[in-house]
Amino acid sequence: MARSLFDKVWDAHVVRGETRERPAVLYIDLHLIHEVTTPQACAVLKARGLKIRRPDLTLATIDHSTPTKINADGTRPYVTEQAQEQVELLLANAEEHGIQAHGWDSPYRGIVHVMGPELGATQPGQTIVCGDSHTATHGAFGALAFGIGTTQVGHVLATQCILMRKPKSMCVHVDGELADGVSAKDVILAIITEVGVGGGTGHVIEYRGPCFENMTMSERMTVCNMSIEAGARAGMIAPDATTVAYLKGREMAPVDFDTATEQWLSLASDPGCSYDKEVRLKAEDIKPMVTYGTHPGMAMPIDGLIPEDNAYMDMQAGTAIAGTKVDTVFIGSCTNSRIEDFRVAAKILDGKSVAKSVTAVFVPGSERVKAEVELEGLHEVFLAAGVQWREPGCSMCIGMNGDIGKPGELIVSTSNRNFEGRQGPGVRTVLASPATAAASAITGVITDAKKYQGHYHEFRTFQNTDLQDIGFGGGKHRH
Amino acid sequence: MVLEAENIDTDQIIPARFLTTTSREGLGELLFHDWRTDKDHMLNTDAAKTAQILVAGHNFGCGSSREHAPWALMDYGFRAVISTQIADIFHANALKNGFLPIIIEAAAHQWLLDHPGTEISIDLEACAVHLPKNGGTYPFKIDPFSRHCLLQGQDELDYLLEQGEAVTQYEKQNV
Repeated sequence: MARSLFDKVWDAHVVRGETRERPAVLYIDLHLIHEVTTPQACAVLKARGLKIRRPDLTLATIDHSTPTKINADGTRPYVTEQAQEQVELLLANAEEHGIQAHGWDSPYRGIVHVMGPELGATQPGQTIVCGDSHTATHGAFGALAFGIGTTQVGHVLATQCILMRKPKSMCVHVDGELADGVSAKDVILAIITEVGVGGGTGHVIEYRGPCFENMTMSERMTVCNMSIEAGARAGMIAPDATTVAYLKGREMAPVDFDTATEQWLSLASDPGCSYDKEVRLKAEDIKPMVTYGTHPGMAMPIDGLIPEDNAYMDMQAGTAIAGTKVDTVFIGSCTNSRIEDFRVAAKILDGKSVAKSVTAVFVPGSERVKAEVELEGLHEVFLAAGVQWREPGCSMCIGMNGDIGKPGELIVSTSNRNFEGRQGPGVRTVLASPATAAASAITGVITDAKKYQGHYHEFRTFQNTDLQDIGFGGGKHRH
Repeated sequence: MVLEAENIDTDQIIPARFLTTTSREGLGELLFHDWRTDKDHMLNTDAAKTAQILVAGHNFGCGSSREHAPWALMDYGFRAVISTQIADIFHANALKNGFLPIIIEAAAHQWLLDHPGTEISIDLEACAVHLPKNGGTYPFKIDPFSRHCLLQGQDELDYLLEQGEAVTQYEKQNV
């Protein structure tokens, strides 16, 4: 029978099949952990005298509660003592159990969903879990990756398995080519608006079609990252030459890379496979998108009129969203904090200044992204424009580290959630692409980046091989 | 207790800034914290303090995977939520804590929205919600394994640990 990418990855990980009475026992290849959703799970294991079954398949980082500033004396200004304790507990737990952890001293530390792919820990065909709903990001590699709660984090630590019934499948086709200036973020916001914020519930999405085939891995990650914002636990894209090229030479890439490649490329959905639900969009129809409401399904083209009133956002139906006053611009988060995102922002900001009324905060997704940006000199463009260039972490996406806005403020943010209070009590969030965010930082109002296209010079971009010169790559962290 | 809003996300249930805790205790006072800053909010009434069943709008619990959401609901005193759709991760987290996520048909849901504060009963054995005042009886679906675990007090981690040999066999062949 013709099988989809999802079917193939699922089937390969069933330790014990599902019956009417009980769910499947599913094996997990990679368990990513961070400070927020792990401590209670470790406490349960300790209380029950259980060991971590596969510390070698577990990878830890600190990202959510970590400060993005450094004090003059080199110390880190944690928002509370509790935040510091949480970070230190994660590192202590990792140390105790022999888990590879990327703490403050690691050049690889980063947002868990940025770091995993960068290290090459994320690979096609894997099952990947993390106590974080944006684990869907790793589906960009053709992995089945989804968020779990703390109880299940404990299950995976103790048994390397979870109990789960096979979700339904959904295929989102996007045919055709995107217009200039339309980004992966715009594509996923258009998809969520089409599917609905709960439309993917109970499903795993596979994204198919030329639109995704033409995307870089960074762009595919942006798309898969927000699958959960349509309710789908996971989103996947079939591995291809782009995937293989991205992984080659990464720190944790397989030793026998050619054999792995052959297996990865066999994962694509068979012709004629079926899905429980299918949605079709045309790339040509997608415009730069922004949200006007309080969930990611409330998005609209940036040149359009607000479709309905939203009291919390102070948005009125029938008025243009472009031109709305902006207080803060945030470029960062596991959705849009990779080198490609900062290149886009730098091209738009080159030689310009952030509006006096705007605070612009740019936070790289990892130490590696920070190094890449600084290698290319993009941070100089940001600093000259008046942008705050910070240390890596989740930062204003979730605000756990104290990076939040003031009540009533409007933040144009490249993150993934515009829920009420997500970026601080009373703060209003408008989700957008890095291009829209950068353009809006200059003008101080929500602005289509179209007017800034074609007015910049090309920066020199570095490849993986260049990064090896500053110490990255080369299989150093293989299990 | 009725919260009619649709798409109530886990950032509303418990805001992220309270997630730096490393324990699961005492989260009830932070439940819907930012809504409850309004002193007149329903959740601050005496009725809410004794309520055990939350009736919520479509797609309850969407957003983040934080298990702090069911922990906070339970610590506050709730034992179940009834909606027409419940987000996947919240749904799984709830069941793992003995907090019942009940998805019910629209007619019964509407009845519940129209009758806040009414005493109803949930029969997990029979998988049915009984509505008083001739509201009728409505079935709900729950994963048979989760139901078994809840009724028999079976721990899922124990069950997974019992699969140890099969897991070792799988690892020999695949990893």
